[in-house]
Amino acid sequence: MIKVKRYFKDNLGIIIALLAMILFLYVYPKTHNTFLTQNNIFNVLRQSSTNLMLACGMTMVIILGGIDLSVGSIIAMSGVLGAAAVVWHGLPEIVGILIAILSGVIFGLLNGLVIAKTKIPPFIVTLASMNIAKGIAYVYSEGKPIRCMTDAWKFLGAGNVAGIPTPVITMFVVFVIAVLFLNRTKIGRHIYAVGGNDTAAKFSGIDTAKVKFIVFSFSGLMAGLAGITIASRLYSGTCTSGDGAEMDAIAAVVVGGTSMSGGSGKLGGTLIGVLIIGILNNGLNLMGVNSDWQYIIKGAVILLAVYTDFLRNRKKGS
Amino acid sequence: MSNYLLEMKHVSKEFPGVKALQNVDFQLLSGEIHALLGENGAGKSTLIKVLGGIYIAEEGEIFIDGKKVDINNVNAAREAGISIIHQELVQVPHMTVAENIFLGREPMGKFGVDIRKMVKESQQMLDRFDLGINAADEIFDLSIAQQQMVEIVKAISFNCRILVMDEPTSSISDREVEQLFEIMRNLASQGVGIIYISHKMSELNEVCDRVTVLRDGTYVGTRVVAETTKDELIALMVGRELDQYYTRDHVKDTEVVLKCEHIDDGKKHHKRVNDVSFEVRKGEIVGFAGLVGAGRSETMQCIFGLTRGSTGTITLDGKQISIKTPVDAMKYGISLVPENRKVEGLYHIQSVSFNSTIEVLHLFIKNLMVNRKKEAEITQEFIDKMHTKTPSHEQAVTNLSGGNQQKVMIGRWLATEPKVLIMDEPTRGVDVGAKAEIYEIMNELTKQGMSIIMISSELPEIINMADRVYVMYDGRITGCIDYEDVSQEAIMKLATLETDQHNNGDAGNLNSQEAAKA
Repeated sequence: MIKVKRYFKDNLGIIIALLAMILFLYVYPKTHNTFLTQNNIFNVLRQSSTNLMLACGMTMVIILGGIDLSVGSIIAMSGVLGAAAVVWHGLPEIVGILIAILSGVIFGLLNGLVIAKTKIPPFIVTLASMNIAKGIAYVYSEGKPIRCMTDAWKFLGAGNVAGIPTPVITMFVVFVIAVLFLNRTKIGRHIYAVGGNDTAAKFSGIDTAKVKFIVFSFSGLMAGLAGITIASRLYSGTCTSGDGAEMDAIAAVVVGGTSMSGGSGKLGGTLIGVLIIGILNNGLNLMGVNSDWQYIIKGAVILLAVYTDFLRNRKKGS
Repeated sequence: MSNYLLEMKHVSKEFPGVKALQNVDFQLLSGEIHALLGENGAGKSTLIKVLGGIYIAEEGEIFIDGKKVDINNVNAAREAGISIIHQELVQVPHMTVAENIFLGREPMGKFGVDIRKMVKESQQMLDRFDLGINAADEIFDLSIAQQQMVEIVKAISFNCRILVMDEPTSSISDREVEQLFEIMRNLASQGVGIIYISHKMSELNEVCDRVTVLRDGTYVGTRVVAETTKDELIALMVGRELDQYYTRDHVKDTEVVLKCEHIDDGKKHHKRVNDVSFEVRKGEIVGFAGLVGAGRSETMQCIFGLTRGSTGTITLDGKQISIKTPVDAMKYGISLVPENRKVEGLYHIQSVSFNSTIEVLHLFIKNLMVNRKKEAEITQEFIDKMHTKTPSHEQAVTNLSGGNQQKVMIGRWLATEPKVLIMDEPTRGVDVGAKAEIYEIMNELTKQGMSIIMISSELPEIINMADRVYVMYDGRITGCIDYEDVSQEAIMKLATLETDQHNNGDAGNLNSQEAAKA
């Protein structure tokens, strides 16, 4: 009970923002009839699902004091590789799915390895791997979508379990695992320690290289999973999917109250951040706002959300 | 009509929940060097920030030359002739000395900034103090002390009459301190009033005329330095007579717990640890003295498993052990409290609880379950043991005073239940009250059978606390002194072995003012 109370208190600003958006879309005449239907709620959740997966990894990366720009490109690459395995090489769908996820993990491992073993900043390392992953997707698919329409393929992104969309279930499972990992393991604490003070962590006997390695690998795993989910929903592996997905994930994490300077942040906040961005996208569509304008509005909302949080924290700090 | 250069009357400043200053008075004479003394949180910085126009006091008046002035912002302070040199220097590293001095008021020529004029004028100012600094050099290439000199020159270039220096000697060497004092005296003789903030009591006699003591945001008293004693000042700062500053029950010839032989950092260049051997006995405090850079911290880091490629034999309780990582060291019961708590020790934005328990997570995190009760117990145990003052377990450690931060950090490593605790400068940046408490705790720990290795650059601390003192010079141990024979001269002789041979008489210069026995 105390925990729930604390959760609301910590995230008060963004919870109010979320509720205000929901209320507005419920009251607004154009969206009143459509917004709070079961159909649309599942829609929002389905659209948010891959962003939450990425954001779970991204939260840990940012708490660690890093950034992972490569996740968007890994989505494209893993989707292409997975679909190609099934369509071009005749492998069973499950193998294709595993290949897709594995390709994400491998990229995460490589990111982690370089970042842990060298002093190159994560921004640069993942900027490089972002380009490489994107390149692999284009080279392998020759720039064309690889279509795959089998039921087994469609299950992960477009299927249902007991009426609930599969990606929504995946999303919650992933979220719970991430929460347990970050809050209830030693490594989880070590992530906060390394992000808070890298040198102190070394004196604490924390294997900082291992922590970085694990976190970036996890982020890669999440990107691979998101990639195959999207490829499944689109019935195809496409080298343009996942464009800009890393920015949506970073936005969700930051709106959720995680500090870009590392050492602090909570997945609970990230969840709300993801929902705010998801509802914003959905609401703007329902309201029929021109998609060009949507970018501008989205940017403004992110700035506003983070600024409000900044003001709140400053008050607390003084 | 007063003849004070600066007079601050009844200054009060409140922050939410804290009365930072209550009715504080302060007077500064022209040509005087006036020390401002007080423990962390006593209100020194707040008073200075009020003077500098960074904070606005709710109550109080400021007079300069007997005339009331309103200092509402930084520029008003500057116009009133007040300059403040902050502890953390605020200079642009990749600009030249001249550019830094003229930052924001560059002389303009026909084609933009007149660089030649700027350098020329800067050089004239620098040369007035015979500093040997080139105005065209980048700040980046100067030593910390030289940067401070530039800051002073910059302050004077504003025609300042009141110069405030906030702990200017905390990060510069003793020789540079001498040079700094020389400049201060020079300035004072020209009629500038200097307010000098420092934690180092020993510097007072050296350079200050009068001293004002603050405690808990209130004015306690002003003394003439020549007519007061260190004990009196400490009593004023702490608010009570410290019956005992150092607490130590010496031990001798107990059994050997830790034996380190031929420790070497294995480095080819910049070798700092060269065939170091020493032993630690049960219940002992073993002091490690030496100059900065003698390799004391580096030796301990080898033993704690922080230096890859280091070699040597370590024997604990008669058994040879192999330490490759800090985790190994802690497993065997060796812990290290690092020297620099800001950089190497604390997780600043994290809570007291997080900082206290990070070494012992295995005690309460198991199988995806966090035992919050146990976590709170451990945190409380070491808050009690160390007498840490914190409003709650959840308080961010960065909000605690230096002394309490240090206690949290020591408590963290005590939680690993070490047999041998290595403490690197255990009282650096800690105010006197907390210092005495830390000494008492160290004594208590050794009585319970723990052994402590204490690296310290404060000779009085070494002399009064250690049972045996190893002295290092240039990566080697140059001698070991028992507590009966220890003296400042004996340590300095060993610590400056080389200097002593080449240049007699220079040895006493180092840290000598600090060595004045308490």
